[in-house]
Amino acid sequence: MKTQINNMKTFKFLFAYFLASTLLISCSNDDDNPDPVNEEEVITTVRLTLTGGGSTVVFQSQDLDGDGPDAPVVTMTGSITASTQYAGSVQFLNELESPAENITTEVLEEDDEHQVFYGFSGSAGSTVTYTDMDDDGNPIGVNVSFNSGVASTNNVLTVTLRHEPNKDAAGVSGGDISNAGGETDVAVTFSYDVN
Amino acid sequence: MKQLIIGVVMTISCYGYNQTCTYTFLGELSDFHDGSSIASATIYIKERDKYIVSDFDGKFKIENLCNGSLTLTISHVACETKTVSIDIKGDTSTSITMEHHIEELNEVSVKASMSRTETKTAQETVIKENVLKKYSSLSLGDALKEVSGVSSINTGNAIVKPMINGMHSSRLLILNNNVRLQDQEWGIEHAPNIDINSASQISVIKGSGALAYGGDAIGGVIVINPNRVILKDTLFGKTTLSGQTNGKGLSLSTSLNKYYENGWFANVQGSLRKNGDFNSPDYILSNTGLNSQGFTIRSGKKNFESGFEVFYSYFKNEIGILRASHIGNVQDLVDAINSQEPLFVQDFSYDINSPKQEVTHHLAKALFYKRFKNFGKLNVQYDYQNNQRFEFDVRIGDARNRPALDLNLQTHTVSSDVVLDSKSNYKVKLGLMGRYQNNFANPETGVRRLIPDYDKYDFGIYATTEHQLNDAVTLDGGLRYDFNRIDAKKFYRTSRWEERGYDIDFSDFVIVDLGTQLLTNPVFTYHNFSASTGIKYQINETSYIVGNYSLSSRPPNPSELFSDGLHHSASRVELGELRLNKEVSNRIGASYKYSDTNFNFNLEGFYNRIKDFMYQEPVGIEQTIRGAFPVWNFVQTDSDLYGLDLNTDYNISESLNISNKTSYIIGNDIEKDRPLISIPAFNTRNSLSYTNESWNKFSAALTSEWVFEQTRFPNNNFETFIAATDETVLVDVSTPPDAFNLFHFYSEATFKTSHNTSLNIALSVNNIFDTNYRAYLNRLRYFADDLGRNILLQLQFNY
Repeated sequence: MKTQINNMKTFKFLFAYFLASTLLISCSNDDDNPDPVNEEEVITTVRLTLTGGGSTVVFQSQDLDGDGPDAPVVTMTGSITASTQYAGSVQFLNELESPAENITTEVLEEDDEHQVFYGFSGSAGSTVTYTDMDDDGNPIGVNVSFNSGVASTNNVLTVTLRHEPNKDAAGVSGGDISNAGGETDVAVTFSYDVN
Repeated sequence: MKQLIIGVVMTISCYGYNQTCTYTFLGELSDFHDGSSIASATIYIKERDKYIVSDFDGKFKIENLCNGSLTLTISHVACETKTVSIDIKGDTSTSITMEHHIEELNEVSVKASMSRTETKTAQETVIKENVLKKYSSLSLGDALKEVSGVSSINTGNAIVKPMINGMHSSRLLILNNNVRLQDQEWGIEHAPNIDINSASQISVIKGSGALAYGGDAIGGVIVINPNRVILKDTLFGKTTLSGQTNGKGLSLSTSLNKYYENGWFANVQGSLRKNGDFNSPDYILSNTGLNSQGFTIRSGKKNFESGFEVFYSYFKNEIGILRASHIGNVQDLVDAINSQEPLFVQDFSYDINSPKQEVTHHLAKALFYKRFKNFGKLNVQYDYQNNQRFEFDVRIGDARNRPALDLNLQTHTVSSDVVLDSKSNYKVKLGLMGRYQNNFANPETGVRRLIPDYDKYDFGIYATTEHQLNDAVTLDGGLRYDFNRIDAKKFYRTSRWEERGYDIDFSDFVIVDLGTQLLTNPVFTYHNFSASTGIKYQINETSYIVGNYSLSSRPPNPSELFSDGLHHSASRVELGELRLNKEVSNRIGASYKYSDTNFNFNLEGFYNRIKDFMYQEPVGIEQTIRGAFPVWNFVQTDSDLYGLDLNTDYNISESLNISNKTSYIIGNDIEKDRPLISIPAFNTRNSLSYTNESWNKFSAALTSEWVFEQTRFPNNNFETFIAATDETVLVDVSTPPDAFNLFHFYSEATFKTSHNTSLNIALSVNNIFDTNYRAYLNRLRYFADDLGRNILLQLQFNY
C-alpha cells in the first residue's frame, strides 16, 4: 500500500515535470528579416571595345543573374573590317551595384595575378597581341592590339580571365592559355564576321 | 595485563551506554528496485564492533540499546556497501534499501577490458581506449575505420567524414558524451567537430537501433563516451606526444582525472595538433596544413541515488584545402583531370592560405539524475552548442581576407528520460526531447548565402523496452515520434524562383519583392515515426545470433532544401529542392558471432530499403559568364543497399595472430535501375601480428589494406566545349580510380617507469612502399594523389 502511494507520488511528480519541460520549449519567433547580401567581385558584364579604321566595335556579354538560370546576353555593335588594326580594351563590370562597379580596376591593382587570354577559331585568322604589362614585364591583356584578318563569317572569339595563372609557364606570355593554370573568373565567347 | 585492558575498555563502553539501555532496534533490508528482501546481509554495528546477519526476510534485531546514534555498515554480495546512521529514541524500526545493480556504478573491480554497449540487439562494435590511442594524431573518421563496414568520405586527408554501410553526413548521428552533435553535419566537406583524444570509448551502431538518440539514423549512430567515473580516491592522467614525417606534424594531448570515493570527480583534457603541407609520393600537396586545438572539462558527483555532471568542450580546426582543387570552371576541371600532377605545387610550408576552413565548436551540458525507490531512474539534461564555420575562398582585392561563408549555428536541447528497471529481467525507458536551433548566415561575406537564416524546432518522444526472456533470449523494441519544423528566410533570385516553378507552387512564401530577388519565408513541418525491434539468442557459451529490424525516417536537411549556387571545387551549380519530403528506411540486420580464446568470428549482414532516398544528380547545363556548368539537383528515388561485413581473428600461437576485416556493399537506385553514387568498393584488411608480453608488452603488426576498384557507379559524365582547343570533350567525373593495396606497420612497447607510471612507445609506418593511389571516396581525387609514406613516433606517458 505504502509502495503504491509512493509510486503515485513519483508518477505525479514526473508527469508535472514532463509537462513543465514541454512548455519550456516554447517558440519565439522574431520578425526581423535578414539583409540582402551586397554581392561583391561578381562579374556580370564583359565588354570588349575595339577602336580602329575610324569605327568602334563593342562585344558584350551580360549575365545579370550571375550563377542564376538565365544565360548571358551576348551582343555586338558595329562591324569589323578586314585587314584592320584595332586598339582593344576589355572591361569587367559588376552591374548589380549602382552605379556599376568596375572590376577592371581591381584586376589592374593585382595585375601580376591576372591575365586575359584571347582565343580564336574560324577562317579569318584574327590575332591579338598584348600591349600592356605588369611590374614583372608580363602581359595583363586588358589592353590589346586586335588584327582582324581576312573577310570571313562565323568566327569565334573566346575571352578568358584567369586568376593566379602561372605567367612564367611556356607560351603564357605570348597568349597561349594551355599551360596557364590558375582559375577561370570569366570565359565568354563571341561570334563575329569580318567584312 | 591484556585482559585488564580489555576489561577497562569494556567497563568504559558499558558506562557509556547509560542507565536506560533497554531499547530494541528492528531493521529491514530490501532491494532498492523491486523491494524484495535481502537475506544474509552482514551488518556491522560500529558502536559495538560487532557483526550480525539479516534473516530470511531481510530483518535483523539489535537489543539493549540506549538513546543516541547508532551506525550500521551493511554489506551484501553484489550490493554496494552502505553505511547508515540511525537516531535511537526508544524502540525504533527502520527499513533500509540496498542497491543490487552494482555494475551500473562502474566499480573499479569491473575488468578494464569490459566494454559498455549501448544496445542489446543491434549491430554494435565498440572501439576501446587502447585502440583509440593509435589515432591520437588523426581524426575520428580515421579511427572508426577499425570497424568492418565503416569507411569514410574525404575531402583531402584532414576532412574525414565517417561512413557506415555507405551512409554519411545527415544519415549518421554522432553523440559526444550524450549530446547529439549539431555542427552543420549536412555538408560533405564538414568534418565532425570531435577531438579524438577526448574519447575513452566509441560505439558504432549500424542502423537506427538506438532510438533514444534519434529516429533519423538511416545509416547508424556513433556514440562517443568519455572516461567512466570511478568511485575510489585516485588521481591519474596521461600525456601523449607524437610526431610524423608526412606534413611534418606534431601533436600533444594531455589529460588529468581526479576521483573521490564519495562520488565527486573532475576530468580535464586538452590537445594541440599542427601539420604543414602533406605530401603524396611525388609532390607536395600545397595548402593542406592543419591547426587544431581542443579541450574538455568535466566534473560532477556520481552516487547511486542521485548525481549530476557538467561538461564543456571546445574544439577549433583550421584546415587548408588543396590549392589545386580551387578551380573556376569546367575547363579548369578538364585541365585538372588530364594533368597527372596538380596544377599548383609549391615548396613545403606550415602556412594555411585560402581556400581554407576555420571551424569552432563549443559544447556545454548539464546532466542531473535521481533514482526513485521501486521505480527507476530519471535523467534530465540540457545542452547548448555553438558552431561557427568560416570558409575562405581565393578572392581578390579587399575581400581577400574576408570569409566567403560565415555560418553560426546555435542549438539548445532539453532532454529527459526515465528508466524503469525495478524488475531485474525487464527494463523500460521513456524519453522526451525538445530542441531549438538558430542558423545565422552573415551577409558581410559579400557572397550570396549558401544556407539561409533559419529557426528549427524539434520535439521527440520515445519508449524503448528490453526484456530478458530467459538465459538465452533477449528481446528489445522501441517506438519514437519526432516533430520537426523549419522556418527559414531565404533570398532567391527571381529568375531561379521562376525557373524552379516555385512562383506557382510556393507563391505564399514570398514576403518581400526586391525586383531581381525575392525574400521568401519557407516553413515546413515534418512528422516522423520510427521503430525498432530485435532479438538476441545465445546459442551456447561461445556463440550468439542477433536479428533486428528498424524503421527510421529523416526529413530533408537545410542543404537539401535550400542549396543554391556554384560549388567551385566540384565545378557545378548545386540546387536544393523545396518539394522534397522525408526519406524512410526499412532495415533488417542479422549477425552471427563466435568467440573463444583463440578464434573470433563476426559476420554481419544487412538489407536497407530507402523510400524517397535524397541524392544529387546532374539535370542539365547552365551558361554563366564563367562558362557552362552542369546543374546538380537534389532529387528523390527509391533505393536499396545490402552488404556483408566480416571480422575474424585467430591466434596461431601464443604470440602470433592473424586477423581479417572485409566488407562488401551494393547500392541501387531502383527507379532508374542503376548503381548509387559514392558507395565504397569491396575492401579487405589483413593483419599479422606478433605479441610478447614479457618483452615490455611488445607487439608488432603488418597490415595490408586492399581496396578494389569500384565497378558499380552511375555515369554522370557530360560534354563541354573547350575554347582553347576548339573542341568538345567528354568530362569524366564518374569513373572510379584503380584498386590499391597499401601496407602499414605498427609496433609498440610499454615500459614501467615506476610503481604506477608507465611509458608507451609506438612506431608506425603508413603506406610503407610509398604507393601512388587515389581513393574513389576522396572528393579531391580529380586533383591529386593521396598521401605518401608517413612515419609516426608516439610517446604516451601514463601516470
